[in-house]
Amino acid sequence: MSEYKWRYGLFLGCVIPNRYPMIERSIRDVFEELDAELLDLPGASCCPAPGVFRAFHIPTWLVIAARNISIAEELGVNPITGCNGCYGTLRDAWFDLEHNPEEKKHIQTILAKVGRTYKGNLEPKHIVQALYLDMGLNYLRDRIKYKFNDLKVGVHYGCHIVKPSDKRPWDGEYENPTFLDEIVELTGAKSIPYKDKFMCCGAGGAVRTAVKEVAADFTREKLTNMRDVGVDIIINCCPFCHLQLDLGQVEVNNFYKDIIGEPFKIPVIYITQLLGLAMGMDPNRLGLMKNHELTGVSPFTSIEPFLNLVKEQL
Amino acid sequence: MSDNVEKYIKRKVYKSTSSDIAQKFVDAGLEQMRACINCGTCTGSCPSGRRTAYRTRVAIRKALTGDVSVLQDIDIWLCSTCYYCYERCPRNIPVTDMIIKLRNIAVEEGYILDSHFGLANNIFYATGHGVPCNAENQKQWRDLRESYGLPALPPTVHSYPEAVKECQTLMNEVGFKDLMDNAAKLKEERKAAAEKAEAEKKAKEEEKS
Repeated sequence: MSEYKWRYGLFLGCVIPNRYPMIERSIRDVFEELDAELLDLPGASCCPAPGVFRAFHIPTWLVIAARNISIAEELGVNPITGCNGCYGTLRDAWFDLEHNPEEKKHIQTILAKVGRTYKGNLEPKHIVQALYLDMGLNYLRDRIKYKFNDLKVGVHYGCHIVKPSDKRPWDGEYENPTFLDEIVELTGAKSIPYKDKFMCCGAGGAVRTAVKEVAADFTREKLTNMRDVGVDIIINCCPFCHLQLDLGQVEVNNFYKDIIGEPFKIPVIYITQLLGLAMGMDPNRLGLMKNHELTGVSPFTSIEPFLNLVKEQL
Repeated sequence: MSDNVEKYIKRKVYKSTSSDIAQKFVDAGLEQMRACINCGTCTGSCPSGRRTAYRTRVAIRKALTGDVSVLQDIDIWLCSTCYYCYERCPRNIPVTDMIIKLRNIAVEEGYILDSHFGLANNIFYATGHGVPCNAENQKQWRDLRESYGLPALPPTVHSYPEAVKECQTLMNEVGFKDLMDNAAKLKEERKAAAEKAEAEKKAKEEEKS
């Protein structure tokens, strides 16, 4: 039997392992440090992405999502993801199947053909949900070693961690949630309110794949609103938002250079990277140090300004 | 749904379209949109509509009146599925989910962007990932993983080729491959028809001059 306090099945998805492995590094090591075991889900696939594949064919979305959940069920653990998109898919598919016995039976029959069983007894969770609801702020607070009292943070929630609210664990709150700000502020950093804070980053719903300029225009608006209140960094909890705010920042600087004034250069940091640093963890374990000479890889917006800010305080 | 309601929907809502499409709207449960009072909360809440021509209320209205152009325009693909319309609708219409269903019908009718088709058919179906890192020209992403002390390939379908086959079996079972093949065929036919019309127009103009 495992000696850990919590156990989950880490559902990686696509963008975390294949584009932002520093996020994977930080999730794995922070959870280890918090006494939570993360089991791999061997052979898991794309969740499938709710904005594209669900929009193309709902039955495909449902059956592949159920397969991914069934891998965690086989290990007897709740699937957990660090991605709002994966969270949207796994949680909505799970919720929909729990409320539609006929469809659930149908999906079970199809999965049986490849030797899989789907029960639906293990609720899919988000990393932030585990931090906030399973572990709780007091548990996290006891593990904080450093406080970044001068750090001004623009918190970006993304959409699918809170919406659709009837399928989420936040008591129906979607207009003004605070759970992520509360975790951020445990580190001493200040979450700065900004205009349209809960607006979408623009990447989701197949928009980025359809017209990159439209996605970047959402991002331009967000970045402008954040810069107006003087944030030092952006903290988020979704790799697709992370990509859109990081790589998208470069695109905004390119597409909209005539209207934004100075180019944007706001470091984009994932929640477990900041939390781990405040817990006194080695930045190498949080994917914050560059140990390679590769070009054309993430992060596309330098995080040096962030490292400089926290270096003085550490 | 009672027979009367169904009759009403078919008579009032879908009379202007081809019956096939009308039936698809009904089958997809889009009659839920009948509750719409045209208040525009969806459009007013839409971050996409602030910068594009996409108007949520218009898309709903078009679907209700059976206007096939809602499937043909790019507009419904500019919804970022942020779910504000879903949350705020005073009539409790799951608006975002309705847009997703409209997209499903659009794909069935072969109205899918090239970039989306490529993503679905050549990447997702082929690799099991929507964003893979195992192609020959994606070595930098595998190296990046290793630089953070992670294995070059994650323990996903990338490390289990038989899992890719399993996903494909499931996708075939629910008709994904057929759907994609059909969409490709319809796209090709439309392209050919458009080219033919263009050529005929040109020939006529040349004849005139």
